[in-house]
Amino acid sequence: MLRGLSLCIADGETVALVGRSGAGKSTALKLINRMLEPDAGQVLVDGRDTQSWDTTALRRRTGYMLQEVGLFPHMTVARNIGVVPLLLKWDAERILARTRELLDLVGLPAERFMARWPNQLSGGQRQRVGVARALAADPPIVLMDEPFGALDPVTRSELHDVIRRIQSAIRKTMVLVTHDMREAFVLADRIGVLQDGRLVACDTPAALNRSDHPEVRALLDASTR
Amino acid sequence: MNVVHFWQTHAAETMRLLSQHVGLVLVSTLAAITIGVPVGIAAARRPRIGGPLAAAASVIQTVPSLALFGFLLPLPLLGGIGARTALVALILYALLPLIRTTSAGLRSIDPAILEAADAMGMTAAERLFQVELPLALPTIIAGIRVATVFGVGTVTIAAAIGAGGLGEYIYRGLSMVDSTVILAGAVPVALLALVADGVLLLIERALSRPAARRSTIVVAAVASAALLIGVGAAVARPGGPRIVVGSKNFTEQVVLGELLAQAIERFAGVAVDRRLNLGGTFICDRALRGGDVDVYVEYSGTALTAIFKQPVSRDSTAVLQAIRTRYADAGITMLDPLGFNNTFAILVREDVARARQLSTLSQLGAIAPSWQAGFGYEFIEREDGFRGLAATYGLTFREPPRVMDLTLIYRALAEGQVDVVAGDATAGLIDALHLMPLADDKHYFPPYDAVPLVRAPTLLRYPQIAGALKRLAGRVDAGAMRRMNFAVDGNHRDPAVVVREFLDSL
Repeated sequence: MLRGLSLCIADGETVALVGRSGAGKSTALKLINRMLEPDAGQVLVDGRDTQSWDTTALRRRTGYMLQEVGLFPHMTVARNIGVVPLLLKWDAERILARTRELLDLVGLPAERFMARWPNQLSGGQRQRVGVARALAADPPIVLMDEPFGALDPVTRSELHDVIRRIQSAIRKTMVLVTHDMREAFVLADRIGVLQDGRLVACDTPAALNRSDHPEVRALLDASTR
Repeated sequence: MNVVHFWQTHAAETMRLLSQHVGLVLVSTLAAITIGVPVGIAAARRPRIGGPLAAAASVIQTVPSLALFGFLLPLPLLGGIGARTALVALILYALLPLIRTTSAGLRSIDPAILEAADAMGMTAAERLFQVELPLALPTIIAGIRVATVFGVGTVTIAAAIGAGGLGEYIYRGLSMVDSTVILAGAVPVALLALVADGVLLLIERALSRPAARRSTIVVAAVASAALLIGVGAAVARPGGPRIVVGSKNFTEQVVLGELLAQAIERFAGVAVDRRLNLGGTFICDRALRGGDVDVYVEYSGTALTAIFKQPVSRDSTAVLQAIRTRYADAGITMLDPLGFNNTFAILVREDVARARQLSTLSQLGAIAPSWQAGFGYEFIEREDGFRGLAATYGLTFREPPRVMDLTLIYRALAEGQVDVVAGDATAGLIDALHLMPLADDKHYFPPYDAVPLVRAPTLLRYPQIAGALKRLAGRVDAGAMRRMNFAVDGNHRDPAVVVREFLDSL
């Protein structure tokens, strides 16, 4: 699937992986928290091969968001956000305080939303809860797999603001997978372009804008149309 | 006597049978959940293991319940008469719906939710208990509902192997040909099924609305715990020594079982458990040998041929001597005969007999080719049954004899569905339905003297029982037996009352 992919992401950096469907973006992302295992090569997190990490520990310090959000329908908003802290055996008071703080951060008033059920939320609200849940245990790394693909443009841009606010408040190492070049431009420090499992370009948005690689141009053209 | 009146006069017994019924369903369903849910999880995870297990459960489901009881009876540990065997069968039946719904419930969970659970670093166990099982719960409850309602019905049949429950009324009603008694058991069973279905449906619905989840689970758990404790208290036997009296599943046997029970209570002062209406000679004999039953009444000819597989003998004294020795070898004491001989009687309708001037079996040979016979399956199988009878009197019927339930055979004859049947000489319905026995003029039928059988160890522990039962020896003649049978069959009176009056008159 992926061949010759070499990419180094610095602490606190936000990198977007862009490409067409089937280019290998999600595969690359899932290698980071061992949702997938590499057949060959190495994935290093904090300078350590992920194969030597305990999978559970690795995942608990890696926030994860996906397009379908995957909120647990049998848990309230507060319980959903508190899942990982609870797995890490935080005490109830600390979880509650953290939940309030995060709901505030993603722009959902805690008093109104804590006790709601996922099926009582709109798509955008669900995705905000997803962001809060991914950040709950204050993981140094956050992975996002096309998190806003299914949202309308207005809601999506609101959520972009949320992510940017978070980025300026607490610097996280973020890896974002998207097929939308504009989203990558808004959120990422660096953008990696994948084509057929290969990394064909990786640079800052400004530099990428000047690239004449045909795939990069195709993606840029598609997003400005 | 209408059903409500029956319940009023049998309030304590009805409550006991109802509690037993509920208890059997509850215990078997809970046990099936503890087995079926893990198997269902395995089936969802590893179809290669789970598939065959689910298939085995499907096969078990297709075995008719009476046949399943039959398979289980001779097994050590699992078998024997009483609640244990019934529970094993009920658990086996309940497994399939539970395995199916558990694995279906798990497999229907949105993959995105499972991906989220994995990505958050849940271990397999955390994912199972915090995400998968809670989400599959409404589906699993649906399986529990199916299993429970099915169980309420199946427990009815378990009365045939002495497990108790409301099926006892149904069997008793069938053997007494009394629809009131049948209804006294069938109506609460139907209500129980409806209530169980309704309650579990409510729980299922409530659980599929997440907001109501926690409180529903708490309420359901508390309610079922309370029910379990209540039923347990009701079913738990009062302490102290108890003698178990058994009987087969027809009126005379129930009356005789009641007779032995009351004699032991009255003359020996020992408490008695009644396991009446057991499903036939084979089950009674096995129960006696296995120690599940301490006392029951057998017939000498039946013991000789059906139990000890000896050739038919027509000498009453010789038969009694032969079986007394054989029972003694098996650790069973045969007491003195009660005083009547319940031989087979070949019966025809009184008016037909008069019109055809028919009074002996020898005369039947000429008419038989144009007649239809109806026999119980035991009579067809037994060595001293139909085959020998046909050979002795040269009988050939129009068609092979129709196999009928012993309890329905008299009515079938009276209603003209068949022309000739084999019944009991002491059957009360003979008089009530205007039937007539044909004389056994060639003395084909061996003697069937009614003899109480007691386990020898029981007699050693409670020697007073022998004395109590001796007071019945020779006191129950054929006339007395037929009168008691008719009081129950014909007049629909309670066997316990009929027996009490008889004992008072001794």
